[in-house]
Amino acid sequence: MSRPVIEVRGVTKAYGELPVLRGIDLEVREHEAVALIGASGSGKSTLLRCIDLLDEIDDGDVLVDGEVITDPAVQPHGVRKRLGMVFQAFNLFPHLTVLDNVTLAPRRAHGVPKAEAETRARELLARFGLAGREEAYPDRLSGGQQQRVAIVRALAPSPRALLLDEVTSALDPELVGEVLEAVRELKAEGITMLITTHEMGFAREVADEVCFLHEGLIVERGDPERIFTEPEHPETRRFLRRLLEAKRI
Amino acid sequence: MSAIDQSPSDRRAVRAAARRRRERRGFLIAAGSSVVVIGGLALLILTSPGWPDVRETFFSWEAFRTSFPDVLRGFWLDVKLFLIVEAIVLVLGLAIALGRTTRSPALFPVRLLLSVYTDVMRGVPTILLVYLIGFGIPALALDGLPSDPVVLGGAALALAYSAYVAEVYRAGLESVHPSQRAAALAVGLNRVQSLRFVILPQAVRRVVPPLLNDFISLQKDVALISVLGPLEAFRVAQIEASSNFNYTPLIAAAMLYICVTVPLARFVDRMQARRRKAQSAEAVTA
Repeated sequence: MSRPVIEVRGVTKAYGELPVLRGIDLEVREHEAVALIGASGSGKSTLLRCIDLLDEIDDGDVLVDGEVITDPAVQPHGVRKRLGMVFQAFNLFPHLTVLDNVTLAPRRAHGVPKAEAETRARELLARFGLAGREEAYPDRLSGGQQQRVAIVRALAPSPRALLLDEVTSALDPELVGEVLEAVRELKAEGITMLITTHEMGFAREVADEVCFLHEGLIVERGDPERIFTEPEHPETRRFLRRLLEAKRI
Repeated sequence: MSAIDQSPSDRRAVRAAARRRRERRGFLIAAGSSVVVIGGLALLILTSPGWPDVRETFFSWEAFRTSFPDVLRGFWLDVKLFLIVEAIVLVLGLAIALGRTTRSPALFPVRLLLSVYTDVMRGVPTILLVYLIGFGIPALALDGLPSDPVVLGGAALALAYSAYVAEVYRAGLESVHPSQRAAALAVGLNRVQSLRFVILPQAVRRVVPPLLNDFISLQKDVALISVLGPLEAFRVAQIEASSNFNYTPLIAAAMLYICVTVPLARFVDRMQARRRKAQSAEAVTA
């Protein structure tokens, strides 16, 4: 067993009086993909934002490569340089071209020379089917293309792990496939990933472990096949049954 | 029966003809009403009992010809002052806006002072500010402080306008969606880098039209320094007018201001239209 890249220990978080995370324990090992599933509001996205230090946790610890990153003394941007995040709504920088979106962080945060950063960016863009779009502005791209640019942008600085937050939820149905294909490619390359998703078939296919979140707790976790075929916890069963009824599986 | 037999291209021709008739009628009505309104106003003025006197004192070609070179020389001072003050205002306004949007607790007193500053500078009539600084600073009789009325007047304008422009910048900074900051931080930029490479460029792009609007008012308001004595266009015109009992030089000065502000205003309109078009394109693709 390789050591965990991301480790979450007893993390709690509340927005005011409202508890969002109520004691989360989680490990993501090198080259592993862990999928977080659960209803909207179950705390999946909050957990990802807390790991990337975009939100502050109340209690517990998050570790990256064994280092406690939630210690107040730790520089947040130093941590974020080691993690990549892809957002539901893409959040590309609208005033920058595709190429500049991808090279901004390598150049400014990692000090990579411009030419080198651009060479790598072009390579990555080509690999994700975006060759020829380097000089385009994000608003000229389809949602699927934008999300693939966002994936390349997160990948460009070679992070230790990627956090993918509902990366297909804002897409038109016919564009979901191309983004899922991009994530499959990441998995095939052995990128360590923590994924929140509503695409159950995809979670089942790509994840090494599936965690079901319910009201801020991981109530069930395990092998994807087992979770989807023989769920043990009543809340997992209810969640999957509702998805079945809505023909979302 | 015959209507049904008509081919689609016939119907199309009928519709096009109807549309042309509508357009022609609209054009004729617009032209007619313009002639009536503008002609009526002209008639009202030209037939007024005082018109011959007004024409002589405000629109004398002779007075215009003799005063214009001096007024133009004065206007050159206005233009120079405008350009210098504008450059200062752009930098100072941005600095104030950034100071007001920082969240660092150590800078709390700075934020407090800046918010008082913007309130006071925007709350006092600009002409009053020009007076207070133009006459107040020399009265202190301190060494090293400027006493040139052009410099003091320019400083007063820079103080007043930087407060307005700071608020414009601030509105721009706050209009950038928080998700952009999150994305900038998530790729590993620190706070300053996020501001510089992601937030600020978007904010500034959005506020260019309102900033240009403030330029237009500043271009006119440089005339306010005339109360301190410098020979700028309005002041020169005033002197000429009172020495010859003819107000034509004031008209000459007004024309010069218009020559700069109207093209600027059209430029702003064009930019805003372009921005609207760009935004609707964004909305379509989003």
